[in-house]
Amino acid sequence: MENLQLIIPELYISIMIMFLLIFGVFKKNSSQLVYNLTTVSLVATLALIINLDSQIHSSLFNNSYNIDSLARFMKILLILSGIFVMLSSSKYIQISKISKIEYPILILCSILGMMVMISSNDLIVFYMGLELQSLALYVLASFNRDNLLSTESGLKYFVLSALSSGLLLYGCSLIYGFSETTNFNQIMVNTKEIEYGLTFGIVFILVGLAFKISAVPFHMWAPDVYQGSPTSVTVFFALLPKIAALTVFIRFLYIPFYELGDQWQMIIIFLSIASMVFGAVAAIGQKNLKRLIAYSSISHMGYALAGLSTGTTQGVQSSITYITIYLVMNLAFFSCLFMLKRNDEYYENIDDLSGLSKNHPLLSLSLLVVLFSLAGIPPLAGFFAKFYIFVAVINEKMYFLAIVGLLATVIAAFYYLRIIKIIYFDPEKEKFESKHNLGLKFTLVASTFFILAYFIYPSGIVDIISQININ
Amino acid sequence: MNFPILSSLILLPTIGALFIFFVRSSNSQYQSSKYVALFITLANFFLSLYLWIIFDKSIVDFQFVEEREWISGFVNYKVGVDGISILFILLTTFITPICVITVNATIKNRLKDFLIAILILETFMIGVFCSLDLVVFYLFFEAGLIPMFLIIGIWGGERRVYSAFKFFLYTLLGSVLMLVAIISIYWITGTTDVIKLYELGIDAKYQNLLWLAFFSSFAVKTPMWPVHTWLPDAHVEAPTPGSVLLAAILLKMAGYGFIRFSLGLFPDASLYFVPLVYTLSLIAIIYTSLVALMQEDMKKLIAYSSVAHMGFVTLGIFTMTQQGIEGSIFQMISHGLVSAALFLCVGVVYDRLHTRLINRYGGLVSIMPKYAIVFMVFTLGALGLPGTSGFIGEFLVLMGAFKKNILVATIASLGVILGAAYMLWLYKRIIFGKLINEDVKKMVDLKRFEIVTLWLLVLPIIFFGFYPEPLINSIEVSVANMIDMNDLDKINKLALGD
Repeated sequence: MENLQLIIPELYISIMIMFLLIFGVFKKNSSQLVYNLTTVSLVATLALIINLDSQIHSSLFNNSYNIDSLARFMKILLILSGIFVMLSSSKYIQISKISKIEYPILILCSILGMMVMISSNDLIVFYMGLELQSLALYVLASFNRDNLLSTESGLKYFVLSALSSGLLLYGCSLIYGFSETTNFNQIMVNTKEIEYGLTFGIVFILVGLAFKISAVPFHMWAPDVYQGSPTSVTVFFALLPKIAALTVFIRFLYIPFYELGDQWQMIIIFLSIASMVFGAVAAIGQKNLKRLIAYSSISHMGYALAGLSTGTTQGVQSSITYITIYLVMNLAFFSCLFMLKRNDEYYENIDDLSGLSKNHPLLSLSLLVVLFSLAGIPPLAGFFAKFYIFVAVINEKMYFLAIVGLLATVIAAFYYLRIIKIIYFDPEKEKFESKHNLGLKFTLVASTFFILAYFIYPSGIVDIISQININ
Repeated sequence: MNFPILSSLILLPTIGALFIFFVRSSNSQYQSSKYVALFITLANFFLSLYLWIIFDKSIVDFQFVEEREWISGFVNYKVGVDGISILFILLTTFITPICVITVNATIKNRLKDFLIAILILETFMIGVFCSLDLVVFYLFFEAGLIPMFLIIGIWGGERRVYSAFKFFLYTLLGSVLMLVAIISIYWITGTTDVIKLYELGIDAKYQNLLWLAFFSSFAVKTPMWPVHTWLPDAHVEAPTPGSVLLAAILLKMAGYGFIRFSLGLFPDASLYFVPLVYTLSLIAIIYTSLVALMQEDMKKLIAYSSVAHMGFVTLGIFTMTQQGIEGSIFQMISHGLVSAALFLCVGVVYDRLHTRLINRYGGLVSIMPKYAIVFMVFTLGALGLPGTSGFIGEFLVLMGAFKKNILVATIASLGVILGAAYMLWLYKRIIFGKLINEDVKKMVDLKRFEIVTLWLLVLPIIFFGFYPEPLINSIEVSVANMIDMNDLDKINKLALGD
């Protein structure tokens, strides 16, 4: 019974999924209502998670499900991002005519999958959560089924993701074969000696996970899927799966494979450097904002991985801080994207931003703040995110990684500056609509304010995150 | 002293910017936002003047130190001033209101945004000069890029995009290594607090690499040859107030950084790299002076002259003598005033004729006599005529250099002659000669606000030229302490072998 009490948030979401499905089927024209109910139930889930004892650290169901400080923090982050995504994209899905009852329910399903992933302490539970998440995402990516790009992106994501899931599963089976257990803690105990099969297992699992957070060289799907999916799904892609995948990364590296650090450290460093540099270079030539942000997020994942590659608690904490600030920045960026609307049509090319600052000074100002923050220029939040990462990296004397990472920020600064140039220096174009719904405005103002004011009290988030212990 | 006077200095411009930002915009209120900006910057100037008066010049320690916890257990927000930094703060708060006065003539569109950018920039500039923590310093140092990028890019000339990008990326590339060095210092010594670092010292085996990392940032910002090429572009394209701020203050951040951090934290490495700095400084002095001679664009000429003058500054700092360092600081202050004034002078004629090409002018003395007088003073100030502040700085630097290395000092002295050549030639071509162009004949002499701004700059240039005591007084103790503390003298003697 006590076990069930601790997973009340997950249970609540499952019940809501079933209820909303039945409700939506029986009540005609209820898509908007279901959407709103989904948002409300996410808020309720958030309340349920916060309501759980924050000091608790217990393993449920034969030690296969973990409720600890890491899971708690990541779930709060996940649900909060989910709420803001729902708030900011409600108008978009109406106008793009994808407002169907399945949409919010699929989002709930994938959030449930991610919650299971975050808490998993067992290969099988982890894989179950991953698949629940992915299956929902395949459908979401191709949700705008009359659009060629959207269906293409759905299919592309499905094929590549299925491949990576296969690799992951193969890795899991190898690990099981060599450690005789699927439990994370048991794996750590049983793998004191390094065997080739085990190393292969680790590599396969890392490849699968790298695919999920779109780290180079497993990033190929990201730009197409980001561009092709409806923007409301793209923002979802850019935020939530990253949280879940990063958490799983942390769990794998720091519980079952912790003793095998020298086996995976080089892999993570390679993934990190490749992502940082490739993401920065490839984004330079982009013309579509969604595609650009896909490359930018590849690059950002490189920085998050750099924190993980240190193998220290401090490194993990810096990665968690990084992902938190990354979420806020991307949320703000996509909120701006949702505002580029004229006559019921959304614009997503960089050229459409031309001279935006003359007609929409406030929107341009937020974009300015967001872009400089993404580029990591002080005193904005993005700088602190990178700062913590480099503090952790340099503490481990990994100077090469630090210097490459910082040089990549200079390359990346170029394409962020290019957008700013188009907004501020170029001749103006036609005006966009200036009326937006309250949820979208609130999301933008809140996230921009966070980015701007972060430097006043940077300790707040760091203090919370420093209480997270992994082992 | 409980009143946080330094934090007020830092915050006041930002508060002003926020105020201007939130006041509703309409054309009639453009003027009022200008008055707000002027009021705020003047208030800041008087506040810093007050700070200078109550500042105790005989004490070695940092004064008005404020410390607050910031990133818990890691970095503290710490500010304070000594005799060196207080002069730069004063320079900043003096130049900014002058920029605000001149916006009327130069900034035609989006005045409000421009004022906000200038005010925010002032916050960052003051922050650089009084931060006593490496991370806080880096934060202010880098943050200044954002408003300057926008100032060049939005209000600049034809090639503004290219120049703005070049400025931003060059400087950013230079500074990232400094960030690595700062974090490394934290892990080596356990603190980024400058005062504590002065006491602790940094192990000599780490110093060379750290010094190079800091150098890469400061060399770009100074700018030293061969990474100076962003400066002429940025100056030419920036609007007049932007050029003024860039030349007068932003360049001084690097010189200040050399004294405060390169000399203060890495004395051994500084000594080790003296030949490098000498070489680069001499090349800057001679080569860019020659380049300046050949320029046809007035702003470009002055920009190259800035590089040459900053060459004197770096040379003086790395002589590591009392005279040399004092001379460098004096030269920076003087150059801040003179170059600001020269850019304003260029701005005056540019506003009338909309060209900066030197050969389009000529014979201005007969139609703009008032202008000819002030321009004369600034030209003489720039070439270092005795009786102007420029002389004192160059003289002290050369004195320090002669003490150390006669060859270096001799070559640097040649630079003074070249400086006189290009400045006087510039003056001749613009002010004297025949009035040929019809449109030049229509130019009107200085307007009232131009007279005010330019004479405001003439006064200190001449005053400090004849009576440098107040400035020297305030830096003397701090410089002597810097030399004592790091045993620069002793190191020097060892190096010279006596």
